[in-house]
Order: sequence, then structure tokens, then C-alpha cells
Amino acid sequence: MENVGIFTAAARLVERDLKVIFRHVSEAFNPLVFFVVVATLFPLATSPDAALLRDMAPGVVWVAALLSSTLALDSLFKADMDDGTMEQLALSPQPLAWLLLAKIVTHWVVSGLPLVLIAPLVARGFFLPTEAILPMMAALALGTPTLSLIGAVGAALTAGVRRGGALLSLLVLPLSLPTMIFGARATDLAGLGEDPSGPLYLLAALLFLTLSLAPLAAAAAIRISLD
Amino acid sequence: MWKAFVRWFHRMASPPHFYAAATRWTPWFFWSALIVIAICAYGGLVLAPADYQQGDGFRIIYAHVPSAWMSLFIYVNMAIAAAIGLIWRIKLAHAVAASCAPIGASFTFLALATGSIWGKPMWGTWWVWDARLTSELILLFLYIGYMALRSAMEEPSRADRASAVLAIVGVVNVPIIHYSVVWWNTLHQGPTVSKIGEPSITWEMLWPMLGMMVGFMLFFGAILLTRVRAEVLARERNAKWIEEVAVS
Amino acid sequence: MPLEYAPAHLESVLKRVCVRHAKGQVLQEQESIPRFSAHELELWRGDRCLFSNLAFAIGEGDCLHVTGPNGCGKTSLLRVLSGMSLAESGEVRWDGTRIERDRGTFNQAVFYVGHREGLKAHLSAVENLQFDLGIRRSYDQADIDAALERLAVTHCAKLPVRVLSAGQKRRVALARAVAARSRLWILDEPFTNLDVAGRDLISHLLDDHLSGGGLAVVAAHHDLPLRAGRRVPLEIS
Repeated sequence: MENVGIFTAAARLVERDLKVIFRHVSEAFNPLVFFVVVATLFPLATSPDAALLRDMAPGVVWVAALLSSTLALDSLFKADMDDGTMEQLALSPQPLAWLLLAKIVTHWVVSGLPLVLIAPLVARGFFLPTEAILPMMAALALGTPTLSLIGAVGAALTAGVRRGGALLSLLVLPLSLPTMIFGARATDLAGLGEDPSGPLYLLAALLFLTLSLAPLAAAAAIRISLD
Repeated sequence: MWKAFVRWFHRMASPPHFYAAATRWTPWFFWSALIVIAICAYGGLVLAPADYQQGDGFRIIYAHVPSAWMSLFIYVNMAIAAAIGLIWRIKLAHAVAASCAPIGASFTFLALATGSIWGKPMWGTWWVWDARLTSELILLFLYIGYMALRSAMEEPSRADRASAVLAIVGVVNVPIIHYSVVWWNTLHQGPTVSKIGEPSITWEMLWPMLGMMVGFMLFFGAILLTRVRAEVLARERNAKWIEEVAVS
Repeated sequence: MPLEYAPAHLESVLKRVCVRHAKGQVLQEQESIPRFSAHELELWRGDRCLFSNLAFAIGEGDCLHVTGPNGCGKTSLLRVLSGMSLAESGEVRWDGTRIERDRGTFNQAVFYVGHREGLKAHLSAVENLQFDLGIRRSYDQADIDAALERLAVTHCAKLPVRVLSAGQKRRVALARAVAARSRLWILDEPFTNLDVAGRDLISHLLDDHLSGGGLAVVAAHHDLPLRAGRRVPLEIS
């Protein structure tokens, strides 16, 4: 009987989480629908003028993506904390930070990746030029995992707090601002026909920084919440 | 030398020792702060020549820049105290971090208010969404988030440790946010004090500002020591040494 | 270290462990380091001191039976012993090493079953066990089937856990401990929600575990009927 390697363990956790999500697939769509709904609010609250919408497009897409990502955080750790499976993860022989990273990746694949794929539809609704679509998707593909990672730290900190949803947003939104700033800027530059690679590289740098630090912070926060 | 420092540090980590030391030091911090601020206020408001572009309106810089500096300085202090509390499990460090937050939030608010007051005669608006002021606003949100997390948790040790993690995560973000100032290249006058290269203002204008920063830091020291003493009294309310202190 | 059940002595086992001398130079042989021990544990909840100066030492075949009135800190103690909560001061040691020092080894050896079952409600018992074993050790499907059989829940093993009764959920939760073959079981009120037959079953399980050289820490209100193994009582007042 041997111990289990970390990659196998991570694979098993991903498998289990996906199984749980797919038993209630409809819930997984909520953040996506929220993304589209939030985006729709803007023209209805301002005006359908094409020039105005085109100017707003990068900002709207990114604000909606940020809000959707924050909403999706609710399903990241809460269920596991409530039914006691998070305790079991913390007590398993695998490093908790690694397991949490596996959870965050699964969560992003289900809530963030579809957003990246749907965003072009929303962007076209805001008359974003075609040449800007691909850079926008690249920026979102780099930015949404960062948002998930930062959000995971916030979710871990507020895991034991009753009605912690508003507190979670208050904690996560300021920390997510650099990502949103760079992402919106990249989309904006692409829309103006200029080179978006500066902000894209910055987004990538943020992603790698967060990827290496956030799981550790989240693991520390989960242990504190379990105490 | 190092051993002496370690010994001093361990002595300070004990609440009764810290309380006694803080009681002794507070008047020194307070009075030296008052003197330095008075001198620099005179230097800035009276002695320094009027700016050829902005006239006398620029003098608000003597409150704005030190406040902004303090807001960042205190956040870093808070994060360091929180980290010490988390890693070495020293309760007093958590008390220091908890006391720093409201002071830092106040300085941030002061920086925003003075920045806004500066903006009105300079750019005609009470608020501009330039990156420098905006990042001060984000810093205010970080402070508020920290205080909100603390108050959301009833168990004091959990509140201490969770907010410590938040402070450390926040402090990693602070340079990133600060960097976005440089990167954004906006309306706001570029950082007027740079350690590398020539400052863009003359010495007569500069020394009161640097002095004000020192004065504000001394003032922060006085206020922090007072708050930590109060925090220590609250946390240690059941301990025996409190009775002796209360009597004396 | 293989964890198959092997006959073990009921008296505390003399262990020969090589201990590195403080200066890191000399190897000494030390005898009878208890497998699981606590030293001067102190735990506070807010302003209240739950317990202080708590200590014990148990070895293979021993079951620490924690008793005390409601709210006295039994659950908190078990959480400290499992490494989930942090004590104010004091140490918990596994094989002489503090559990914080080598979490991997300790976590490999321990299995905690608390008040919450630790099962995903929408997955079946089999799927839950497959995951719990899958992150701990390499296993066969036969291991899972045997454990479920032992706990007499084979008939409902393929149903989602949320449709099971409270008693069945508890049995599934305990089936994981059996299947994982962990050395140290930490069970918080394992008899709740179980009928008489269930309680007998758990007692038998504990007996088998202890006589196979396992250790257990059990918090239980009432008596712990053990036929094998040594009961070490610990009352928190």
C-alpha cells in the first residue's frame, strides 16, 4: 500500500468536484447568465447610442466579468465547509494549498472559461471592433483565473462568517482592481487599433504572481476558518 | 548587539512591560511631533516661496503628501505587525495591527480630502479620477475591508489571524497599485518627491514637506502607543497585572 | 510503513527509536516513546479557558476515552488532537514529533470523524469512499466494498448520500475510517444516530482496530464497551 502522489490526488479532487457540479449543472450557469445580465443593464441605464457603447465596451465587459467572478466565489468553498469535506481535505496527507489550487482550477474551468467564450457575444453587442475580440479574450483568459485566485483567498477568509457575501465583495474587489485596470486597458487599446501587448504581459505577470502565492494564503485562511 | 535586540524584543512582547514602556514614551512622541509639525508648518506656510504656477494654493501639499505617505507607511506597519503576530504568535503584535488600522484609514481619508481641496483651485473640480487619488481610495477600501473582517469574527484569535492574512495579502498589492500610478501617466502631478534623481521642487519648498512627514510619523507613534495601550487593557482585562496598573 | 492489521501486544509496546541528539552528532536509542501523546495542552475559547495542563500518552491498542459534560470542550480537544485547531500552548506529538512539524506523516496516520459526516451529499457512498481513499493510498474497489459491507450499508451504497438516514450516513462516514486503514482514529461521538445494532457494530469495529495495533481517541458521553484494547479514560471537567 503506497502513498498517493500529488498529481493523482489533485486529479481525483478535480474528478470529484466535477462530479458534484454536474449533478446540478444548472447552478453552474448562474454566474454566466449574471455576466450577460449585468452587461445588459448598461445600455438600458444609459442609451443605445453605438458610439457611447463602443467607448464603454471594455469597461462594461470587465466590470461584468469581475462581478460575475465574485458571485461565483460563493460556490467555491462554502459547500465543502458546510458538509465537513473541507476538514477532511485539511486532514488529508496531501498539501492543502495544492488541493485548494486544484479546486480553484476546476472552479475556473466551470465559471471563468465559459465567460471568456461568451464574452465576444457581449462585446459585439457593444459594437467592439472585430480586431479587438481576440485580444479581449486573451486578456480575459489571463485575468479571470487571477480573479478566481484572489477571490479564493477572500472566500477562504470569510468561509466561516455567516452572511459573508457582502464582506467577501468588499475584500475581493479592491484587490482585483489592478487586474481589471490592466485588462480593460488591453481591450481598450485593441479596440483603438493599438498594440495591447503591454497590459497583456502585465496581466500574465499578475497571474503568475497570484498563482504562486494565492493557494498558500488560501490554505492558511482555510486553516484559520476551520479552527 | 543582535542578542540585545532580541532580548528587548521579547521583553516588549510581554503586555505589562509594553504597557509601562508605552506610557513612558507617549509624551516624548507627542511633544516632539508637535514641535516638528509647528516648525514645518511655519516653514511651509510662511517661509516657502509661492509656486510660480500654482500660487499659494500649492501649500496644501504640506498636509496632502505627508498624509498620503503615512497612509502607505501605516499599512506596511500594520502588515508587518500582523505577520509577526501570525508567525511568532505574539498577541501584542496583533493588538498593534488592530490599532494601526483606524489611524491609517484616517490618514487615507485626510489625504483624499486634502487632495480634493487641492484639486479645486488647480483643476476646477472637487474630484479627478486620476490614478494617484484613485489608488488612495482603493487603499481606503483595503483599510475598511480589514476593519470589517475583524469585526465580523467574534472569536478574537480567529479575527486576529484572519485579518493578519488579509493584511499580508493587501501589502503585496500595495506596490502593484502604486505601480499603476507610474504606468497610467495621468493628470496628477507626477510624484513630487523621488529618491532617485532631482526633486522637481526647490529646497525651500522641500524641507518643510520632509519635516512634516517626520512630524506626522512622530504623531502616529504617539497615537499608536495610546491606542495599543487601550487595546492591551481591553484584551488583558482579566489578567492580574491590570489591577496594579489601575491602582497606580 | 505497512498498515495491515497484525497481532500486537496489548501492553504498551516498547519502541526502539533512534533519536538525534540535540547537537545532531550522537545517535541514541530511546525506549517507549508513546505513539500519541499530549503535553500541557491549554485551550481557550474567547475569554473562557476550556482546559489547561492536559496531558496523556497512549500506545498501540489503547483507546483514549474522553468524557465530560456538554460544552466542556471534548470536541475542541479532539480538533486540537487531530491538528485542526491550534492550542494556546502545549504540544501534541505523534511518535515523539510535534504534529505541526511533520503534518504529512501525521495526516497519513490519522482519520478524523467529527459531527459533520464529511460526505458530499450528491455523490453516492461508493463515490465518496473512492475519493477519500484515492487521496490517501492506492486501493482496490474490493477495499471499498469490504468496508461498506462491514458497516452493513452495501444495500444503499450506490444511492446519493443525501437520501440516506442519519444513521446510515454515520455508518458511511465510519466506513471511510475502516477503508483508509489509518493507525489513529479520532472519533467524535461516533454512536450518535445509531441504533443498538449500529452501536454494537461500532464497538466491534473499535475492538478489531485496537487489537490490530491501532489507536483511537473517542469522545463519548456514555460508557465505551470494549472487549479488546485498553481503555484510557480522560475526563474534562
